[in-house]
Amino acid sequence: MNLSRTLTAALLAMAIVMPAWAGPTLDKVKKDGVVTCGVTTGLAGFSMADRQGKYTGIDVDTCRAIAAAVLGSADKVRFVPATAQQRFTLLQSGEIDVLTRNTTWTLTREGDLGFLFAPPNYFDGQGFMVAKKAGVKSAKELDGATVCVQPGTTTELNLADYFRTNKMTFKPLVIEKLDEVENAFFAGRCDAYSTDRSGLASSRAGKAPNPDDYVILPEVISKEPLAPAVRQGDDEWFDIVKWTIFAMIDAEEKGVTSKNLDDMKKSDDPEIQRMLGVVPGMGKSLHIGEDWGYNIVKQVGNYGEVFDRNVGPASPLKLDRGINALWNKGGLMYAMPIR
Amino acid sequence: MRAIVWARANLFNGIWNSILTLVVVVLIARGLWEVVQWGVIDAVWSAPDGRACRALSNDAGACWAFIGQWNRFILFGRYPYDAQWRPLLVVILFMVLVLASCDRRMWRAGLLAGMWIFGLAACFILMGGGVFGLAKVPTDLWNGLPLTLFLAVIGLAGAFPLAILLALGRRSQLPTIRALCVGYIELIRGVPLITVLFMASVMLPLFLPAGVTINNLVRAQAGLILFYAAYLAEVVRGGLQAIPTGQYEAADALGLGYWRKTSLIVLPQALAISIPPLVNTFIAAFKDTTLVTIVGLFDLLATAGNAITDPEWRGFYVEAYVFVAAIYFVFCFFMSRYSRNLERRLAR
Repeated sequence: MNLSRTLTAALLAMAIVMPAWAGPTLDKVKKDGVVTCGVTTGLAGFSMADRQGKYTGIDVDTCRAIAAAVLGSADKVRFVPATAQQRFTLLQSGEIDVLTRNTTWTLTREGDLGFLFAPPNYFDGQGFMVAKKAGVKSAKELDGATVCVQPGTTTELNLADYFRTNKMTFKPLVIEKLDEVENAFFAGRCDAYSTDRSGLASSRAGKAPNPDDYVILPEVISKEPLAPAVRQGDDEWFDIVKWTIFAMIDAEEKGVTSKNLDDMKKSDDPEIQRMLGVVPGMGKSLHIGEDWGYNIVKQVGNYGEVFDRNVGPASPLKLDRGINALWNKGGLMYAMPIR
Repeated sequence: MRAIVWARANLFNGIWNSILTLVVVVLIARGLWEVVQWGVIDAVWSAPDGRACRALSNDAGACWAFIGQWNRFILFGRYPYDAQWRPLLVVILFMVLVLASCDRRMWRAGLLAGMWIFGLAACFILMGGGVFGLAKVPTDLWNGLPLTLFLAVIGLAGAFPLAILLALGRRSQLPTIRALCVGYIELIRGVPLITVLFMASVMLPLFLPAGVTINNLVRAQAGLILFYAAYLAEVVRGGLQAIPTGQYEAADALGLGYWRKTSLIVLPQALAISIPPLVNTFIAAFKDTTLVTIVGLFDLLATAGNAITDPEWRGFYVEAYVFVAAIYFVFCFFMSRYSRNLERRLAR
């Protein structure tokens, strides 16, 4: 009786003393003067160190945008390269403030691991690449095709499911190593190559004898919404990360770019005025400076600029916007109103 | 002349042996020729990007232009580009320290300890900065070769004294100490290095109080020291067991106490016997440091891994790994040559 009560008390005490790091992240970030982000150990277009050791990529720019919003400088960031295994622990233990590491938003990662995902900064998904000379315009025309694929838990399954649902047949050519599967496809051993669309683009950019000879088909057969994650229990910080992404998307929608930003400050559009801090109030609501939106667009750019620079036409990956286009252009990028 | 005699006696002493010799010679020559053709004759030494490089070599030769572009990143990783003379100096300093400690004339405890404390302090100041007008560089930018050397050298230097204590403890007459040492050694040897690193880097932070974080590099380094110590302890124990009882008894007869007996009589002999397995463990440990990649540390192999994902230089796996392998080979070959040399001299 007595023992069980003591035990219960001890357990309760532990629960109070050891919550999953629930401190105010914003205070810590302001005190340290740096936002610490978990990124990949090297994935072109998302986060990768260049020859000078500088990180670039869409995830890197998301992190820099958060720093610009909170600290007023996109350079006040620290990147912690995280492997797939340790990324969640890094976030849980408070070693990083936000995980911007092409991580798919799933239910269990929120429910079981105790994270919250901000809006996706990139909607990835499995797709197909074919040689342009084959004249294929849609994956629906791939009946009977030989498809190069890497063995993996979901890639192969998605492929089989897709062909079965569309009542088509295919011959899989399963090759374990990335290098070899790419060689096989570009040597013409299969009609199509299937993996995540960002992966297809990076194969095309890096390995194709002539990248223009290959097209990535429009169909996306799996959902991989890649989103930044934060710890549960710090809603203030979650809001900041969330609205940083919204601000980038909203800026693109309103035509605000890093180039025309200062002209746009004179705009009559109340949404732009609120976002850029001409009409104050938004920063106060987020507990950060009123120039947060201005700093994001000025130093990092709007979503479209970030996309183009890292994975779009201006990058070696040359991905088209696809489902990452704005909502009013047929994509999924939709920002909640800033007001 | 002697070579011909030797060859006739050993390689051409019969029809079958002659045929075999010729076949093997042809195979080796062809293999070597392929390597030379790939690595030198058909190789491309400079090109603007990977595609141009492939076109120039017709996919037949190595593309060393890739290494030309990426070598500084592979060696020093994300360390600030303009300050990379600092890690370069650290690598040189490390080699000087190790080479100097290899010279038997330097083998005086005070001298060695002083040299290492001073040398390591200099290395840390050079890498980390923050004083003498050097810009501060956080440890997550300590990448590539300097990181590999740090992990291996400090790991082994830290593990060695611990290993000696563990080995002595395991042979101790005191049951508690013996049980503790046996327990520690068996526990650590019973789990893979990856597990130890994961515990240090993934589990440990979850048990720390909120807001307290220990540097990732320190955690991995501590994990390596604890791991190496268990293995080295068993090597040292092997040496200890090879010392005849007569030596112990003679030392006792001279009236030496435990510590003097151990340090003057037993250990010098035991360590000399253990050199081959010790170096074996050293070499294995040096190569095992590549496992820190999985806890997000950018060692030499990880920086090479980042380099080969560059879309402009995609798929030059072989070149990158040959480059890294060559670096590892230089260090490991040095260790094994030195140990043979040392054995010969100690045997005299």
